[in-house]
Amino acid sequence: MKRFPSPGTWSSVLAACLWLSAAAAAWADEPAPTSTADHSKFEELAGPFATGPDVTRACLQCHTEAARQVHKSIHWTWNLDQPQTGQRLGKRWVVNNYCLSLTANYARCTSCHVGYGWKDASFDFTVEENVDCLACHDTTGTYVKFPTGAGHPPYEDTPFQGKVIKAPDLAKVAQGVGKTSRASCGACHFKGGGGEAVKHGDMDSSLTAPPKSVDVHMAPEGLNYSCSTCHEFKAHDQAGSRYLMKAKSETGVSLPGQESNRPACESCHGLTPHQAGIGDKLNSHVDKVACQTCHIPEFARGGRATKTYWDWSTAGRLDAQGKPVVEKQGDLVVYDGMKGTFEWGENLAPEYFWFDGSVRYTLLGETIDPGDETELNRISGGYDDPKARIWPFKVMRGRQPYDKGNDILVVGHLFGKDDAAYWKTFDWGKAVKAGMEEAKRVGQTTADYSGEYGFADTLMYWPITHMVAPKDQALGCADCHSKDGRLATLTGFYMPGRDANPWIDRIGWLLVLATLAGVLLHGLVRLVTRKRQA
Amino acid sequence: MSQVKLFTGFERFWHWTQTALIFGMLFTGFEIHGTYQVLGFERAYETHQILAWTLIGLWVLAIFWHLTTGEWRQYVPTTKGLVPMVLYYAYGIFSGEAKPYTTTRSAKHNPLQRLAYLGFKVLIAPALWISGLLLLFYTSWKGTALGGVLPLELVAWLHVAAAFGMLIFIIGHVYMAATTGDPWYAYLKAMVTGYEELEEKKASSRAA
Repeated sequence: MKRFPSPGTWSSVLAACLWLSAAAAAWADEPAPTSTADHSKFEELAGPFATGPDVTRACLQCHTEAARQVHKSIHWTWNLDQPQTGQRLGKRWVVNNYCLSLTANYARCTSCHVGYGWKDASFDFTVEENVDCLACHDTTGTYVKFPTGAGHPPYEDTPFQGKVIKAPDLAKVAQGVGKTSRASCGACHFKGGGGEAVKHGDMDSSLTAPPKSVDVHMAPEGLNYSCSTCHEFKAHDQAGSRYLMKAKSETGVSLPGQESNRPACESCHGLTPHQAGIGDKLNSHVDKVACQTCHIPEFARGGRATKTYWDWSTAGRLDAQGKPVVEKQGDLVVYDGMKGTFEWGENLAPEYFWFDGSVRYTLLGETIDPGDETELNRISGGYDDPKARIWPFKVMRGRQPYDKGNDILVVGHLFGKDDAAYWKTFDWGKAVKAGMEEAKRVGQTTADYSGEYGFADTLMYWPITHMVAPKDQALGCADCHSKDGRLATLTGFYMPGRDANPWIDRIGWLLVLATLAGVLLHGLVRLVTRKRQA
Repeated sequence: MSQVKLFTGFERFWHWTQTALIFGMLFTGFEIHGTYQVLGFERAYETHQILAWTLIGLWVLAIFWHLTTGEWRQYVPTTKGLVPMVLYYAYGIFSGEAKPYTTTRSAKHNPLQRLAYLGFKVLIAPALWISGLLLLFYTSWKGTALGGVLPLELVAWLHVAAAFGMLIFIIGHVYMAATTGDPWYAYLKAMVTGYEELEEKKASSRAA
């Protein structure tokens, strides 16, 4: 029996391999279609389509369950009943210190709703063709929702703030649909708070095609993840929400067939993600320190500044023509007569707090102390809480209107064509009154507006979890284990390098010095007496 | 004059290796404690750990050696002759009195030394070891009953306090052992070469 093939056999195997790899390289030039359906071949999508809902009706002919699935998702409902606190959260109900609230500003805010036509509280959430399939599934990059169009795209080229927004060719967009992408999710999520990078700090358009240094997972040169790689969707409902976070994963790697733990880092990296060196100290941090804390050393790293402060109380300055004054520092607007005073920051070190994943919002109707900085959302957790870990946050600070008579937060009617809209007449009295009337009408509050407004300082905690840096950029030990380190203000527990019992140090050094002085003196006396004897 | 071999090769190896390790541990330890920044916390911490495990290994050897050779008896404390020894360092050393203790191979430490070294061996060193290992393996025991009664900071305080004890011991030890011989470097030399010149020479020099 021959144990090895002859030289002739080897060379033919080699030739076959070379041919195969050449062929594979040739195929690789044309990306293999990942979908089994080419939507451009579907008669239903030939168009032309007059409106977004027309496209949706076409989609639903095949994807019969899609709209009903979307109807159940937070992208559609903007509502989340938080089981830990019992609070009714979601964009429909919360107040923030950016544009305050959805209420009484629908058509502007709902330009990022995954639907068409939410222009007032009467929007019918049960209509299937009102679901906007294209917002998420466009792959052409030409689909846009008009900023004030209540979720509709512009159906003809329309000017907005000095620029013309081109009407997308709906048939072309429909024929090109595919999976969601960083760009399609980012069309809304990178612009939260009303513009590029404004809201989150760890999400902006740099993530559309980030270098590895900005996001090690999403970089096209690397793993090239899309948002949904981690935020897995099941029946159009995504995993992971800021309202209901898992601050500490207990289950580790999620294998196929198991309940997925994504988007937790541990779902891929496991519960002992570091290589043990001398000792295993890095891994013994993971029970108290979130991965993000060390691995996102700074946020707003993509070359885009995020808003860090927003003072509504200074809004309303108009120029001689009656137009709102706009002041810039470089490219950044630092004052806008419509909105007030802003501060921005890039490459910011987060602030750190214990966090167990539960967030309680200060909702409309809850009493606040206007003399103090009001936390619009309160994160819970502490050193002794086994579910909590140290997490990084962007803390957004601001000054916003409140009801001076009742000491409660208010919503403002900012956007609209009517006389009460702040951006029309710049009258807070009218804007707050209209906003609060609407809030009461939709059930966001039961309180009546006292008629008197003031401005109160507020802050908001935004967990930082995107823009994970390559591991060589992670924080080092001394970033926290030092006297003025990043955790300097997170007190109540002992941390080497930062904490010490001052009395042990004082007494210790005193005794060391006394001993040193003692032996020196002893030696000196010996020297002197020896000389005397000699 | 007679040269007596006082310290075996192992003892000298043990002593000087331990010296290097303890100096290294003090240096890195106080950096971890936040007293200064030289190596950086991470390198100081890693070095501290390597030195710790090396020292533990050395001590295992030394304990084995002491037990098998019976040399542990050198550290059995005694009150006999303790007071004259204290008086000697407090007074007699200045007036040129002879040391009230005769070093022999079988009893190479004077009563004061015995006490000091015993204190080092049963108080300072174990306090550092035990607290150090507890700090190192904190995550393994904090969830247990021990974690319920022993707060981390108490362990850390003990570790730091014992480190101060070590530093103080070293200052005293270096002064006494390196400068109070006759000639002044006699003990230091003995710990290097192993040999000390005993009795006759001392007697003759006293007479001179």
